[in-house]
Amino acid sequence: MISRGERVANYVILSVFAAFALFPIVTILSAALGPSDSGPTSGLGNLAAAWEIGRFGTYLRSSLLVSAFVVVVSVVLSVMSGYAFGTMRFRGQSALFYLFMLGIMMPSEAIAVPLYFDLRSLGLIDTFWAVSLPQVALSVAFGTFWMRAYFRASNRAIAEAARIDGASSWRILWQVLLPPARPAVVTLTLLVFMWTWNEFLIPLIMVTSESLRTAPLGLAFFQGQHTSGFTLLAAGSVIVATPVVIFYLFLQRHFVRGLLQGAVRD
Amino acid sequence: MTASRPPGEPRHIAYLYLLPAFAVYAAFLLYPIGRAVQLSLYDWDGLSLGRWVGLDNYLAILSDEGLRAAFGHALVLIVFYAVGPLVIGLALAAILNHAKVRGLGFFRTVVFLPQVIAMVVVAVAWRRVYAPDGTLNTLLGALGLDSLTRGWLGEHAFALPAVGVVGTWFETGLVAVLLLAGMSRIPMELYEAARLDGAGAVREFFAVTLPSVRGEIAVALTLTVIAALRTFDLVYVTTRGGPGNATSVPSYEVYHRAFGLSQIGSAAAIGVTLTVVIFAISFGINRFADRGVA
Repeated sequence: MISRGERVANYVILSVFAAFALFPIVTILSAALGPSDSGPTSGLGNLAAAWEIGRFGTYLRSSLLVSAFVVVVSVVLSVMSGYAFGTMRFRGQSALFYLFMLGIMMPSEAIAVPLYFDLRSLGLIDTFWAVSLPQVALSVAFGTFWMRAYFRASNRAIAEAARIDGASSWRILWQVLLPPARPAVVTLTLLVFMWTWNEFLIPLIMVTSESLRTAPLGLAFFQGQHTSGFTLLAAGSVIVATPVVIFYLFLQRHFVRGLLQGAVRD
Repeated sequence: MTASRPPGEPRHIAYLYLLPAFAVYAAFLLYPIGRAVQLSLYDWDGLSLGRWVGLDNYLAILSDEGLRAAFGHALVLIVFYAVGPLVIGLALAAILNHAKVRGLGFFRTVVFLPQVIAMVVVAVAWRRVYAPDGTLNTLLGALGLDSLTRGWLGEHAFALPAVGVVGTWFETGLVAVLLLAGMSRIPMELYEAARLDGAGAVREFFAVTLPSVRGEIAVALTLTVIAALRTFDLVYVTTRGGPGNATSVPSYEVYHRAFGLSQIGSAAAIGVTLTVVIFAISFGINRFADRGVA
């Protein structure tokens, strides 16, 4: 059906584009793992050197703490609010839902500036809470949307049967509806983890002390200070990107589904 | 109780389930956006007492040359972030859907990869690509095109397109995968009918494929246009708005005015305007797509 020429042309187009997609990634990987331009190291030694000199250990630790908090809190809160929106009826339901939807498109730039000044007058600037809670608020908007869509499509009969057996709404949520919801929860967890790990603007504005710097922020500062060569900067970049990329490579389906379906509003 | 009704929960308990999420959401998102609107009506340096200026900060967006330029640059970025990826993505998805190519899984993994890499890392990588002694110039030199080499991010005429190409780079995979998902749902009978009518590959694309993925196109445009308007990390790390203000964009101006120039009112007004523009555009795109289907 497809001519030989067409087939060759297709492969050429796809290969050219794959090369374009990989070009910057190969640039950074080869610089990070090649011989260093600022020391005697090469290969994984560069990563160790960047870890030491760029203090990426500290930054990764902050990122891990912030991400863990934001993921756990926003997933739990989203499951609860999604449950309410997806399975119950109450006054003001659609108005409240649209209010949550505003947050999905809200640019964090618009809220970060007033938040900075309000948190500063409360003495909360440069704290764990100042970095985490705004990101919980942003994630909860999407999470509510995501879990509501799941609960709306979930099997009502089981929940109804459990209710007739006298199970409370709390037990129905955690013991009846949530176990089969695992794929939806995993997708949400991965997306929130990725967004939090990669977030730049909120930590940039909310954090001044080095001990609270997240990994992308640390990398941006490292770039500003370390101008003598590219190897360590590339190695630092690899360190910052690797955790999410590893999750992506193993759980790709979840990332693709979440980023595509999350965008399709019903 | 009818079957279409949700399980008959006591309705009031729903508010309890909503309360924790709503409390965080209200305190850290709804309240700040309200405060942003309030701050945008003042001239305030962040320390002394603010001065009421009404809509002056908004009028400045129209009259101030630097701010007009920033919004203009955002429009240029939309071409690179949304239009480019849409055209390339349609071609890639049509090929992948039409021809049974080998290595589809690998290709999808590769083109989607930029979506999961932190933007700061993306920016560091592309800075290296664009540097005077960077990989792009090395590549051009190897092809015998030395006359084209330059410091891509340092020259006034090239900096903004160079930033835009990064946008094309990371949005195209998302758009292609999104469109491919839509195309794979088109029933084969539609193509067979078109072929019976004597349609060639090009006619088939415009008569069958394109109308069928209208919804996916709307979603792709919404996502990429919003991403273009929100560009911040990339500009912060690659150019800081320079050279001059060649790559300043609204999000960067919000940050720069609030924390560089201590013009909090102006920063808030830009942020609010950006929010309104984003809502209007995504509403408009979705309305357009809905009307097309009906």
